[in-house]
Amino acid sequence: MIQPFIRVDGPAAALPEENVDTDIIYPARFLLITARLGLGPYAFHDRRFRADGTEVAEFVLNRPEWREAPILVAGANFGSGSSREQAVWALLGRGIRCVIAPSFGEIFQANCYRNGVLPITLPPAQVAALSAAAAAAHPFAVDLEAGTVTVAGRPPIPFSVDLERRLALLNGWDETATLLNAYGADIGTFEERHRRHQPWLFEGENDA
Amino acid sequence: MPQTLYEKLWNSHVVADLPGGEALLYIDRHLVHEVSSPQAFASLRDGGRRLRRSGTHLAVADHAVPTRTRGGIIDDPLARAQVAELEDNARSFDVPYRPLDGELQGIVHVIGPEQGYTLPGMTLVCGDSHTTTHGAFGALAFGIGASECGTVMAAQCLKQRRARTMRVELLGQADPLVTAKDIALAVIARVGALGASGHAVEYAGPAVEAMSMAARMTLCNMTIEAGGRVGLVAPDDVTFAYLKDRPLAPKGALWDQAVAYWRGLRSDPGAVFDQVVTLDVSGLAPHVSWGTSPDEAAPITARIPDPATLGADSARRHAEKALAYMDLQPGTALTDIPIQRVFIGSCTNGRIEDLRAAAAVARGRQVAPGVRAIVVPGSTATKHLAEAEGLDAVFMAAGFEWRHAGCSLCVAMNDDRLAAGERCASTSNRNFEGRQGPGGRTHLMSPAMAAAAAVTGRLTDVRDLMAPGEMTR
Ligand code: SF4
Repeated sequence: MIQPFIRVDGPAAALPEENVDTDIIYPARFLLITARLGLGPYAFHDRRFRADGTEVAEFVLNRPEWREAPILVAGANFGSGSSREQAVWALLGRGIRCVIAPSFGEIFQANCYRNGVLPITLPPAQVAALSAAAAAAHPFAVDLEAGTVTVAGRPPIPFSVDLERRLALLNGWDETATLLNAYGADIGTFEERHRRHQPWLFEGENDA
Repeated sequence: MPQTLYEKLWNSHVVADLPGGEALLYIDRHLVHEVSSPQAFASLRDGGRRLRRSGTHLAVADHAVPTRTRGGIIDDPLARAQVAELEDNARSFDVPYRPLDGELQGIVHVIGPEQGYTLPGMTLVCGDSHTTTHGAFGALAFGIGASECGTVMAAQCLKQRRARTMRVELLGQADPLVTAKDIALAVIARVGALGASGHAVEYAGPAVEAMSMAARMTLCNMTIEAGGRVGLVAPDDVTFAYLKDRPLAPKGALWDQAVAYWRGLRSDPGAVFDQVVTLDVSGLAPHVSWGTSPDEAAPITARIPDPATLGADSARRHAEKALAYMDLQPGTALTDIPIQRVFIGSCTNGRIEDLRAAAAVARGRQVAPGVRAIVVPGSTATKHLAEAEGLDAVFMAAGFEWRHAGCSLCVAMNDDRLAAGERCASTSNRNFEGRQGPGGRTHLMSPAMAAAAAVTGRLTDVRDLMAPGEMTR
């Protein structure tokens, strides 16, 4: 169900703004939609459209060069705010597979991994250089196997990703299945011990 | 080695250490609401999985529900479908559910404590970032994403990275009209919206020990607005008195056994925190936010700062943008800012203590002309308790609307939202752009301060309206 991430090529959209929170990425009123797929049209909705529904032509994701960009070069603390996973699903719905930023909202970043989106953290100066390259419409290549971001014609920039996350992304593994397979027995053992230590946490289940 | 409270809670829930420094953490409780759960239930269906311990979850509709009416059909077809899907999922997966029309409905973070579902020493998660609220009981509680909700349902576990620790020491004694909300805003203004990032924040000190559970919940609720992952208060006699005889709290011998265990849940003397912040709350003025980030807050006696005087570049740029969005000028006295809307409610300040504080200000006064003020209790039980105390009559006589329980104007997912350009005195937790409706402008404050703004039509120092003896926390 999760699309493996091996390598992504294409234009990168530059959004060099700090603290772009999950409300900006996915406005709360669209949380009424219960689907995971098809949320692309709502990504950055209130930046892309005016209140009267007309498009804001100058917003980067509305510009013809970056409408289909699979990569986003963002500012510090991207995806801060809430745990709403719709923010990631909406990016994915637009075909964005990779976000590069100096830092991320913590829950947002974890949600990225779970959905096959690669969040790359790089020092601010490198992100600024990448942002300028993105705004100049240079093509990007993000290679997870090699662990590099490359702007066409420049030396590759290495990035690091936690080993487990990297494997899960490369293989498109679902986190729940992976956990259950690897730790099913440990969970059972823990549960027995936990029941002895805090028995009240196991009282009256399901007659609540 | 002396341990912090956070470390004790963490260590007692580690199922396995994972490669890469993370751990598999056992999850005792999971609150389920209509907005972040449909996709999690869908992932269970897709994977052909069941819930590992269905009785540890508790489902309720709160985020999108209308608050104008209750019972009967929900007008908004999307909200109606979402609530129906939650009911259906709860039924199919055997998850305890609190019906929308029932006495036990309310905002997840209000009903958990109210029903004794939240207990010290447990791990508790919910697909909502203000899950930090439950840390007020000495529970390890944090918000998660929808996929993680699916993982908890199937595995009763989550992959987590251990947080760093921060101790916020609150000294002194606050003025009776200065509440936990004011203290929270002052702390966030001090440490910054990212100041507690990656940290578990434990609140301690005499000012915390003196707080009611409602106040402690407000404090822990706002921890996420300083970037903190977890807020914590060590459980004490105030906690146990609150929990005793709540429907889902342990009873009899189990209660005694639980309390004995809970008494050990405190940071050991000499435990080391990664950061320590100290704030003397004596003489602290009520606080309000003026910008679009919760750390852009100041004492009500202050003026809007000039962004040029703010030290860090990022703070200056953010403040410039915020003032443009908020349509405010540097140097304006906060008390000169007119408001058109007032929202009293949310999981931050929708409890009975909050409603009492707001009612004390509203009593015998009138909502200013041109202001629309709504009071939305945090739970149906809170609503009924307030009605039994006559608070609804106080509010309605003063011109406030009295609503049914839900998240309402905190998140603007139902029909309660600000129009573009409208300015709201709000007891909720987030003043982000558009949070209360596209183009809406939010000023965060305490319930008493919001009620004061309602009756004067502008941001107001509640201490100017009320004699100190007129209200106690
Ligand atoms: S009241 Fe606001 S913050 Fe609290 S649970 Fe509801 S939407 Fe989330």
